[in-house]
Amino acid sequence: MAGAAASSSEASSSSDEAMAVITNGAPVKRGRVTLTIPGVAENGLSVFTTIAAESPMTEADHVKEIHIISEKNPVPIIASFFFTPAMAEAKVATNIRLAASQKVTALAVMSDGSLWSDEKDIVVTIAACIDGG
Amino acid sequence: MALVPARVSMPSEAKKGDAIEIKALVRHPMETGYRVDSVGQPIPRNILTRLTVTYNGVRVFRMEMHQGIAANPYLLIVLRANKSGELVFTWTGDQGTVITERKTLTVT
Repeated sequence: MAGAAASSSEASSSSDEAMAVITNGAPVKRGRVTLTIPGVAENGLSVFTTIAAESPMTEADHVKEIHIISEKNPVPIIASFFFTPAMAEAKVATNIRLAASQKVTALAVMSDGSLWSDEKDIVVTIAACIDGG
Repeated sequence: MALVPARVSMPSEAKKGDAIEIKALVRHPMETGYRVDSVGQPIPRNILTRLTVTYNGVRVFRMEMHQGIAANPYLLIVLRANKSGELVFTWTGDQGTVITERKTLTVT
């Protein structure tokens, strides 16, 4: 991930491949993480997104990672968040870009190694510019 | 640069054990590298790729960013107030960009 400066042009890897890199083939269950995005975004350039995972955030039981994965953006992985038990909640909010109407997936990695996901469909009225002005 | 590049909003005081919301906003174009300018020349990629948060010198949170993060990246996180001290927010990215913002937290 670090030094990704040279890899910007490889836009072909799919969201499934991005998921597989994170999960390494381990099963992903639905639940424990909630992705909140609008059902319709007028402007894909900035879509307010909240992700929260249920966790006591203790040393023994905490959320280690949350990833946001796009189905149709040129770069499937939008962002990754790495938590420690010093955080009170496994919750983040940020603004994302969406190049088209699509499915967005949140994937949480727990300290016990289990994987949990949530996904939402979003209709984007004006897509984020990818090529051209 | 006349404009402050980064702004972090959080309480300056908290009780031990409190969950405190931290909102961090940084001024940056997050240029994807996929666009061309008015004369058809590609605009080089220029994004922030990472934000790290340390609390009294210990890394407590990290965000990795890609082109899908909107311009002027915003982040909300929830920290457990533990000890008085300093929080350091460091954004790094393409073209050697490093932006740092510091906040002090008093825990009673």
